[in-house]
Amino acid sequence: MTTTADRTSASSLREGDPGPTTGVMNDGARKAGGVAGWVDDRTGVAKLGAFLLKKVFPDHWTFMLGEIAMYSMIICLLSGTFLTFWYVPSATQVIYDGSYLPLQGVTVSDAFRSSLDISFDIRGGLLIRQIHHWAALMFIAAVTVHMFRVFFTGAFRKPREINWVIGTILSMLSIVEGFAGYSLPDDLLSGTGLRAAEGFMQSIPIVGSYVAWMVFDGPFPGDAIIPRLYSVHILLIPAILVGLFTAHILLVLIHKHTQYPGPGRTETNVVGYPLMPVYMAKAGGFFFMVFGVIALISALVTINPIWAYGPYDPSPVTAGAQPDWYMGFADGALRLIPGWFEFVAFNRTWTMNVFVGAILLIPVLYTIAGAYPFIESWVTGDKREHHLLDRPRNAPTRTGLGVVAISFYLILFFASGNDIMAIKLHLSINDLTQTFRIALLIVPPIAFWVTKRICLSLQRHDRETVLHGRESGTIIRTPEGRFFEKHDELDAFERYVYVQHEALAPYVLESGVDANGVASTAARKDRLRAKVAHFYYQDVVNPVTPAELAAAAHRGDHEALPPVPDREPAALPASDYESVKRQREHNL
Amino acid sequence: MSDNGRNNDGKSNADLNNGDPVFDERIVGGADDHEVGSGRVTDHAVAGSGELVQLGDGHHVGSGGLPERFVDPGLPPHVHRLADDDPKAAVRAERQVATLFGISILATLVFVVAYFAIDNRASVFIPGIGEGNALNIALGVCMAISLFGIGAGAVHWAKTLMPDDEVVEERHPQVSDDATRNKAVGIILEGGEMAQLGRRPLIKASLGGALGLFALPFVLQVAGSLGNPTQALAGLRSTLWDMAPGGKPIRLMRDPEGTPIKASDVTIGSVFHVQPETLKDSEHMLEDKGKAAVLIMRLDPSQFTPGHAGEKSQSWGHQGIIAYSKICTHVGCPVGLYEQQTHHLLCPCHQSTFDATNDMNVIFGPAKRPLPQLKIQVDDAGYLVAPEGFHEPVGPSFWER
Repeated sequence: MTTTADRTSASSLREGDPGPTTGVMNDGARKAGGVAGWVDDRTGVAKLGAFLLKKVFPDHWTFMLGEIAMYSMIICLLSGTFLTFWYVPSATQVIYDGSYLPLQGVTVSDAFRSSLDISFDIRGGLLIRQIHHWAALMFIAAVTVHMFRVFFTGAFRKPREINWVIGTILSMLSIVEGFAGYSLPDDLLSGTGLRAAEGFMQSIPIVGSYVAWMVFDGPFPGDAIIPRLYSVHILLIPAILVGLFTAHILLVLIHKHTQYPGPGRTETNVVGYPLMPVYMAKAGGFFFMVFGVIALISALVTINPIWAYGPYDPSPVTAGAQPDWYMGFADGALRLIPGWFEFVAFNRTWTMNVFVGAILLIPVLYTIAGAYPFIESWVTGDKREHHLLDRPRNAPTRTGLGVVAISFYLILFFASGNDIMAIKLHLSINDLTQTFRIALLIVPPIAFWVTKRICLSLQRHDRETVLHGRESGTIIRTPEGRFFEKHDELDAFERYVYVQHEALAPYVLESGVDANGVASTAARKDRLRAKVAHFYYQDVVNPVTPAELAAAAHRGDHEALPPVPDREPAALPASDYESVKRQREHNL
Repeated sequence: MSDNGRNNDGKSNADLNNGDPVFDERIVGGADDHEVGSGRVTDHAVAGSGELVQLGDGHHVGSGGLPERFVDPGLPPHVHRLADDDPKAAVRAERQVATLFGISILATLVFVVAYFAIDNRASVFIPGIGEGNALNIALGVCMAISLFGIGAGAVHWAKTLMPDDEVVEERHPQVSDDATRNKAVGIILEGGEMAQLGRRPLIKASLGGALGLFALPFVLQVAGSLGNPTQALAGLRSTLWDMAPGGKPIRLMRDPEGTPIKASDVTIGSVFHVQPETLKDSEHMLEDKGKAAVLIMRLDPSQFTPGHAGEKSQSWGHQGIIAYSKICTHVGCPVGLYEQQTHHLLCPCHQSTFDATNDMNVIFGPAKRPLPQLKIQVDDAGYLVAPEGFHEPVGPSFWER
């Protein structure tokens, strides 16, 4: 063991200890000014600053989705903090005497009363409340779409699997956080939601009755749930969210950002703009833009008008009861699952019609999502690091699977609006529900097939574009009177986008027997893997090779590959570089 | 600044642009290329000279000495923006940025004025959106413009005036080098050895036990004190309609007025929302109401479905007046929508549909069980009363029901 060699024993400090060194202000600190220098003297923060400020961020509009999520979360934290100044988390019944006339004299909970006060009696309170709600809706929407981007571009691959898992947890927690939040005003709609939540808990086998009783500290609704949800909503889940979010961002710093493939972009570099000053202005400015848009929506579009719903009362209910959008898919699942999922066995009631949709669905879906990177890397056997993103068409099976998940989600989501649709479209609610049930089973496979075919077609189209150039729109007439469209050859930079990805082939099974001719257990696992790999790659379309381009250039399609190259194919002559530049300047 | 951008070391990356054609090493060679199932083409179907190929489908590497795949041509030429070369355009951009910031300042000032000037209750009509609270709209719009102005100004500044030359940062594999990794492992192993972890199994076992158990008190305290679960089953099964033996039948009262209901008031086709008379004395109003809410409706006796269920339903009622729990057997929403023509009760939450003519059996939707029926009679004064409680628990199913 040689690890002690470069360590200094503490006793060396005891003999001839030089004592603390006096700090000398260096040039850099002096230039950075008094305060910055003062701070750096005490923290050495300049080292970190130098590292962070020159950090390079690649540019692409889809990279803003995660930013929207981050900013919406910050807006939620800010506006939520203000709301706590006036909101009272108490189920104590009081007589409302605020300025909203229709409810004056009505017995309401203190939580509802304070929520009404925020809306009507505190100047600007309604704006803050609506900003909080809209930012929450925006947050979960942005997280979801950001997740789509990461999935479809393969950004979850090594080394980013951990961050993908953190992201799925963040996404799931944000749903729980949202549900806890919109239950707090204790209005009729959210109270009905809590009533259903109690039913969900009761459906848990064996412990359900006790869990529901303990969470509500007695029969529903009780006095406990509002203050408990409040703690969960403002402290517990936000703490976890902020912690995981910090880890999420730190990992982005450690990994550096992924980038879309293109000329000059490789697995070993990041091409983009530095944080200081470009991204400071762009990303910082974008925060204000997101905040501005949320403020505008909050100014003009009423969200969650609790005064119209009235205080919670277990007896009345409004038609068209609907949760916030992100709970829609779970609510839709509850609407679609038929009653016969509930049965009695061993003298116990198995409430699977509720348990499956309300308790199991969310964790199961998120577990599948979280496991996907590991499944894919097992199937493909690809253990390398990836920093260049896939164009979704270049991973047709993955893209297809992603669309399966989205179509499944969307059908459940729309199913939660079946009552509204039935009324607005004058359809039978029963027919609609049946249609959704059938669609849930048959649409995802169809969506997979269609998506995959579209991806393969796009890949073939890419090959076509590379081999035969871009349609120019110019029709040429030959002296013989023949018409054809002129195709413009791609320049090397344009072409590279279409040909940069790797050629792929399914994992081929090796002999399933060991040296002695005995079938090995590993071989069975490999057989499964080969099958799944075949499913992934069976109809792969690979990029054009230089040889193919040369063949196409020489003699068109269906032709022999040239035996001897008669030109330098790949390197771009310097004159070509100049002509591309001139062309691009001209296009400006 | 060069057209080709710069990387962090200040080196021009022109060499990226005009680099020699090199084979991509990751494809051509490397031991791990032949690793089992690397998922990549390792043995291409090499098209020999003169072989006919379908260019539409395939991946033909050829044997003509051409590289296996295209070589990265490097960053494309950088094209200047208008403001880079034209000082007038740059000044214009500067003014635009300043204007956006100025609009933001203005909007902030208007916000302050609006905060004090506009009445809390004033409303204003906005075409396409409708009536809204004037203060909320004024504050929100000002805030939006104030924020968006800063954002748009900063982004415009970055896009027009800040350098748009790309910067290249090098990336290194995430893995630590072998020496570092060995060093870390060495420190851990050595530390374990110094602590004599391996040689003292008693410490190891007892520490494991202590660490495994120390969280238990915290978990127990929280879980154990959330609520006393021993009352859970009794609580889920009982409602206010249950009476002490020999008690007086409980009157059905209108919800929310709390007035008793004469049987003669319940005309055919009508529906009443009902709460028990004892609710007004309840100390746990919402909790008790949540379990005891009842709907009554009157059907023409000929409308009951022939058969056991329909007959039982009718016999528990009074001249076609029947009373059922209003709490859905699915997840507990109030089943509030009664369709007079079809005699269906529809739950607005998940659309479970119950048939009033057939003992509230489920005819559609996710609920499994019929709504529990409440036996009713008429007392001497002609009011509807319930002589006994529900025969089964109301509301959503639970394990022990």
